[in-house]
Amino acid sequence: MNEFFASSVYAGTVLTLLFFYVGMLLKKKFKSAIVNPLLIAVGLTIAFLVSTKTEYSSYYEGARYISWFLTPATICLAVPLYEQMEALKKNAAAILCGILSGVVASLLSVLILSVLFGLSHREYVTFLPKSITTAIGMAVSEEMGGYSPITVAVIIMTGITGNLICVPLLKVLCIKEPVAKGIAIGTASHAIGTAKAMEIGSLTGAMSSLSIVVSGVFTVILAPVFATFY
Amino acid sequence: MKYLKQTGIILLLTLSGEVLHHFIPLPVPAGIYGLVFLFTLLCLKVIKLSDVKETADFLTGIMQIMFIPAAVGLIDSWDIIKPSWFSYIVMIVLVTAIVMGVSGFVTQAVIRKGGKKDE
Repeated sequence: MNEFFASSVYAGTVLTLLFFYVGMLLKKKFKSAIVNPLLIAVGLTIAFLVSTKTEYSSYYEGARYISWFLTPATICLAVPLYEQMEALKKNAAAILCGILSGVVASLLSVLILSVLFGLSHREYVTFLPKSITTAIGMAVSEEMGGYSPITVAVIIMTGITGNLICVPLLKVLCIKEPVAKGIAIGTASHAIGTAKAMEIGSLTGAMSSLSIVVSGVFTVILAPVFATFY
Repeated sequence: MKYLKQTGIILLLTLSGEVLHHFIPLPVPAGIYGLVFLFTLLCLKVIKLSDVKETADFLTGIMQIMFIPAAVGLIDSWDIIKPSWFSYIVMIVLVTAIVMGVSGFVTQAVIRKGGKKDE
């Protein structure tokens, strides 16, 4: 199986789409926010690779063509943002306050938890950029002396967590404004959360896209300052 | 022809983003440059919404699928995470929930305060 996957251009792609489709079917059947197609697809793919002893690198031979679409898709997030220009102008102050407070909350809570768990300085700076988009977070982590492969893993897990918890959490906290929902999801869980926000609604998705960019910029500026605190 | 044109424009923007990423020594990924580019060009009416709309909607609509390969890649990081996986997961879940709560709460509070002033 490993050899076949390593030599196939389509196997990884088809397997990924198939498992996501299974996730979508389950979501439709159970109609619950906890049934998350992304998480189901990731879980099934990992289970498949482990049980057939297929290397990740062999799977990625085909699956990388799915990742190939990620940069163009990120760029296309500008479209809903442009369409929601009015909401953006009207709520500019609220949006900036929301994203800035979220970025500070992220850095501060990583600091507090690192002290509580007794993490090393290196682990602390590895975690600091955890809420922002992968490519920026990885570079910020490296610059501060963090271990970037762990930063990448933590960022992806953060995104999946946000994608998974956003609907029930925002409901419990009575956050109902679509703009506030989008800012919350994008600031906490970057593009992976935004993919879910796009599903919730166009305005929520647009605000979430905006948060990826703005929270990335704030984190690049503030993370090195926080790195000196512990 | 419509889709060919839309795809062409989006890929051209992607390429411009890659060029900037290559030459500017900042930790900004190509996708973020491209996003800012496209947004600016839409605002300046250099690119019309109809030049990208359907293809853009399709790509953003299936975006969740594009994260699966990278997320499956976590199995290769498992060995380095394993020693302290429990504290990592606790931190990830707690921080994500706190950030989501704080930024959502603050945004909503400022929106509602502004709304009252208007009345």
